[in-house]
Order: sequence, then structure tokens, then C-alpha cells
Amino acid sequence: MENTRNKEYYISEFKKTEQSMNGEASSAFHQIRKQAIARFDEMGFPTVKNEDWKYTNVKQLFDFDFTGGSAGVVTKKDVDALHIKGLNENIIVLVNGVYSEKLSYIKKQNSGIIIENLNSVLKNNPELVLEHIGKYASIENGFTALNTAFAKEGTVIFIPDNAEVKGHIHILNITGEAGKHILTQPRNLIVTGKNTKVNIIESYHSTGIEENFVNAVSEVVVGENSSVEIYRLQQENSGSFHINRTQAVQARNSVFTHYSVTLGGGLVRNDTNVLLDAENCTGNLYGLYLTEGSQHVDNHTLIDHAKPHCQSNEMYKGVLNDNSRGVFNGKVFVREDAQKTNAYQSNKAILLANTATIDTKPQLEIYADDVKCSHGAAIGQLDDEAVFYLRSRGIGADLAKTVLIRAFANDIFETIENEAFHEHLNNLVFEKLG
Amino acid sequence: MLTVKDLFVRVEDKEILKGINLEVNAGEVHAIMGPNGSGKSTLANVIAGKDGYEVTGGSVTMDGMDLLDMSPEERAREGVFLAFQYPVEIPGVSNATFLKTALNEIRKHKGLEELDAMNFLKFMREKMKVVGIDEKLINRPVNQGFSGGEKKRNEIFQLQMLQPKLAVLDETDSGLDIDALKIVSNGVNLFRSKENAVVVVTHYQRLLDYIIPDFVHVLVDGRIVKSGGKELALELEEKGYDWVINPEPAAATV
Repeated sequence: MENTRNKEYYISEFKKTEQSMNGEASSAFHQIRKQAIARFDEMGFPTVKNEDWKYTNVKQLFDFDFTGGSAGVVTKKDVDALHIKGLNENIIVLVNGVYSEKLSYIKKQNSGIIIENLNSVLKNNPELVLEHIGKYASIENGFTALNTAFAKEGTVIFIPDNAEVKGHIHILNITGEAGKHILTQPRNLIVTGKNTKVNIIESYHSTGIEENFVNAVSEVVVGENSSVEIYRLQQENSGSFHINRTQAVQARNSVFTHYSVTLGGGLVRNDTNVLLDAENCTGNLYGLYLTEGSQHVDNHTLIDHAKPHCQSNEMYKGVLNDNSRGVFNGKVFVREDAQKTNAYQSNKAILLANTATIDTKPQLEIYADDVKCSHGAAIGQLDDEAVFYLRSRGIGADLAKTVLIRAFANDIFETIENEAFHEHLNNLVFEKLG
Repeated sequence: MLTVKDLFVRVEDKEILKGINLEVNAGEVHAIMGPNGSGKSTLANVIAGKDGYEVTGGSVTMDGMDLLDMSPEERAREGVFLAFQYPVEIPGVSNATFLKTALNEIRKHKGLEELDAMNFLKFMREKMKVVGIDEKLINRPVNQGFSGGEKKRNEIFQLQMLQPKLAVLDETDSGLDIDALKIVSNGVNLFRSKENAVVVVTHYQRLLDYIIPDFVHVLVDGRIVKSGGKELALELEEKGYDWVINPEPAAATV
């Protein structure tokens, strides 16, 4: 019952937003929003009674009345500090959830390519949005419903057949404002045609120490013979909430590679799902999370093998310190049609403190008979013998631990093809552990 | 250089070392021999600073420094080196990175400039020749997938790289065939100098055919029961440890 008050808060916020709209309230897109708020009204926020949310209680969210913020709190200098060295960046900056044209920089791209804020695509090319939005990330819980109801800001990336994208695309989300609790609900739509390749970095940061709430949804369509790589980096402050849903759908001969890196945030829940919807696809889901204090990081993944001759590789690794808590729930679904599937899943965690915990649940559901599927889960501690070995060679205790943790994460690092991101992440990991 | 005085050590509730005295001077090689379970490895581990050993009496000093009061890394930086009986595999850390980190930590401690990648590589190549270690092993994760012999050779390679003052070799001969034994011994012999010292812990005499000790001590049940020159090792080989454990029959023949 406790979440009724909060449900009502968001519904009344929706009504307020609606009243301030002019002609837009009658647009086709707004009808999608209205359906979504109705769904939200039915569902509310998930509770721990829901099996998918068993280990993640979101009721702390109800302690805050989240609102929008202003754009002026971030300067060019702040953005430059978050630039990833060595990347050839198109930078898209969202400040408190709102696109900042002033702080963004998008290269002149080949014709037909769209890298633009959702709000402006809704004005210039609403058909494109209507064709795809909500078609992949169906509304399964209150968070996706809420995001859809408020969908306005976010990034649309559209790449037509055979078009070559110049540079990497870095979507930078910076949230926070003194004395306020900010809610941002970015809605990203990434649609690629045939024979394309795109490399996207999606990073989330806080300014200040206030608790904020990011509720993000991304829908990704990977076109035939195309490759989409997404690096999601969560670095918010330790009081922040981040609920993220990413849903990818793959066409024939495509490769989708997703990295979920969580270094910050107070309560983080990621649902990263991929549907291998045609033959000969490869889906790669990698995750790395380093937690401390009272951080709570929940990674739910779903790899849905719908068609034959596809492969998936999933590897998540976590290092948990203090009272932090991790959850890993990895579902691999191999449907009856999906013969010759090759699915590999591994998830490993190191607990650095007795008070850190992890709940891990691999779930394989296989309905085809000619498949190769494997999964493994391991939870352990740092190897004392290895720590002593390093120390006996003159390496200090703290550095020895850092070296071993970095080594534990090495399997993930080895898969990272984007060298600039590889280097950036390496530095972040050493910084966080140092 | 190394002075062990009346050292008593417990592991959990069991007394392992019961009053060890040992004086090792610069330029000397001492062999500690003894049957299984006599406390040889305990002595080696206590000198290096491994956890899990409770020193209940006595002292261990190196050039006047109280080793027991120092962390393992401080001891290593001051020049203590333990060649492990069972070198640890560390997936994800290359041998080269590991050694560069260790060497530079030691250099920093000594107030020396850290070696850059170029100079480190040059230095490492020289040392690789000394120990005859394959470049492939250098780029692999530390000890991962190494054969027993390769692991031991890697220990001696580290000894050559880090150039400590005091090297303690814990059963370095175990698991080595005769060719590997010669290579490893050669690495140790090249390390020997007037400025440093070596303590060789071994069950068998055969390593001492290649690393000729100046002194041999026999450790039985936590005590050094006999000390002598290199010929003591040969005598032990011939007569077995029973000869020192139950000396009565031997005494009767004198």
C-alpha cells in the first residue's frame, strides 16, 4: 500500500506535464505516453513479491519527491573532464535529463544518419520514432511504463543501410542540483540498417551529493550484417538510484556487444536483454561491477535465442566490499526453433568483506535439443596465498589486492575492442580500488 | 647478516619451532636439512613474514633490523627473498608486469628511480639469459600453466631480477629433473656474492651437489640437532636422518 502515495505522485506529475503541453497533447506519440501512464497506474512499482525483484527493494525511492532540474549547473569544463581520452567522440550531453545543445558536439555525418535528441526527432520525424518506440522494450514493469509515459528526452541514433558513422558516440548524462532530487528518464532509440557499425558509450555521472533517480530505457535494433557495441558506464554518487532497461533485437548475421560497468550509484538495477531473432547472430553481454559502502547492484539479463545457428557469450564479474550487495540473475532462453545454439554464461564474484553479499541465479531454459549451453557461477574471496606471494616480492598489501582484483577482471578487459575505453576503464578501476 | 635467536613458533596450537639459533653471514650459504615435518618450511615462512605463524619467543633480525616487526613487503624491500616451495599461480597478471611492479616498488624504497619500460626490458633480457627462461613464460600470467620445473625456474629468475640480500630457497629442488636442477643451481650460484647470503632448505642432499653450502644444519622436531660443514650433508645422505634422530647406536660404535 505504501507505494500508492508515490504512484499518485508520478501520475499527478504526468498530468501537470500534460497541461503544460500545447498542440503536442494530441500527437500520436502522446497517445503512447497516455497508454503508458495508464499501465503504470495498473502496475505501480515492482515489489519484492515479484520474483524478478525479489532481491531488490525499491521502496527507498518513495522517500523522495523527485523533480526536474535546470541545465545551467554544468559547464564545458565539467564535460571536458569526462571526455574519454583517445576516443574520436561525438558528444551528446544531457544535463539533468535534458539535452544540451551548447555542450554537445556532433560531427557532420553522412546523409541519412541521425544522431539527435529524441525531442527534436519527435518534431521533425515523428514517424521514425513511432515505427520503433515501445516495439522492443515492452512494458513489463512500472519503471518501463513510467519512462515511456515521460519519454521526451534521450538520444535517437538512426543509421541507414551501408552508411558509415564517423567517430564514436558518447552519450554523457550528468545529473544533480544543489538542494534538489532530480529525476531523469532518458529514452534512447538506436536503429541500424544493413552493413553498418556503431560504437556507443553511455555514461552516467552525478554532480553533488543529492540523491537522484535515473530511469533509463534503451531500445536497440541491430540490422542485418551490422555490429552495435554499447559501453554503459555508471558512475553516479552513492545515494543515487539508477534503473536501466536495455533491449536489443538482432537481425541476421549481426553482432551485438554490450558492456555494463557499474562503479557508482546507491541502488542500481539493470535489465539488459537481447533477442537473437534471426540466424547466425552473436550476442555478447559483459558486466563488471565494483561496489563498496552500502551500494546495491542488481544485474538481470535475458538472452533469448529465437532462431538457429546463433551464439551468445555472457560474462559478468563483481567485486564487492563493505556492506554492499550484488544480485546477478542471468536467464538464457533457447526456443524450440533455435537448433545449433551455442550459449555460454559465466558469472563470478569476489567478496572482499564478510559483510558483503551476492545473490546469484543462472537460469537456463532450453527447448531445442541440438544445442551447446554452459553456465558457471563462482563466488570467492581474494586468494591469501596470492596476496602473500605479491607482498613477498615487495608489493604493498593494498597494491597487491588491487593487482589481484584487476587480474580477476582481466577476462572482461580482454574482450574490450575499443582501446580508448579499455584504457579509460583500466584507469577508473585502479582509481576506484586505489 | 641473518640472526635467528632462540626462535619459538606455533601454528594454531602446535609448537613447530622450539628454540632455533642460526647465524648467517654475508657471503655464506647455509643448508637446513631435515625430515618431513621437522619445521624447515616454517622457518623459511617466518623469515619471509607469512601469516598464520605465531612467534612465541626469540627474534629474527637482518643487519640489526627486527624482521618480525616488519610486513612481508617491507622485508622484501629490505632484501629478503623467499623462493617458494609451491609458487602461486596468478591468472590475469603477466610475469613481466608483476616483476616490473615488484622491482619498482623495491627501487622506490631504496630511493632509486623507477625503471621505465625500455630499461626494464633491457634488464629483464639480461637476466632471462642467466636463468635460461623462455620469453613465452615472461609474457604469460605468473606461473599459470607452468610445469613444476618452470615454476621453480621462475622463482630463480625473480631472485636474479630482484637481487636481494638474503635468499631463502624452500625445497627448490623438489619436482626438478636433473637438467632443471642444474639450471636452477647455476642461477643461484651466479647470484652468490660476498655481499649476499643464501639459506637452502632441502630434504635431500642432491641439490647440495650443485649449490655447495658452507654450513649444514640438521633440523629435527623444531630444533637444530647438528651443525657442520658440507660433508655433513653427504653423511646424512648415506646414513639417513635416523642417524641424527637416534644417535645411540652410532655412539656405541665410536
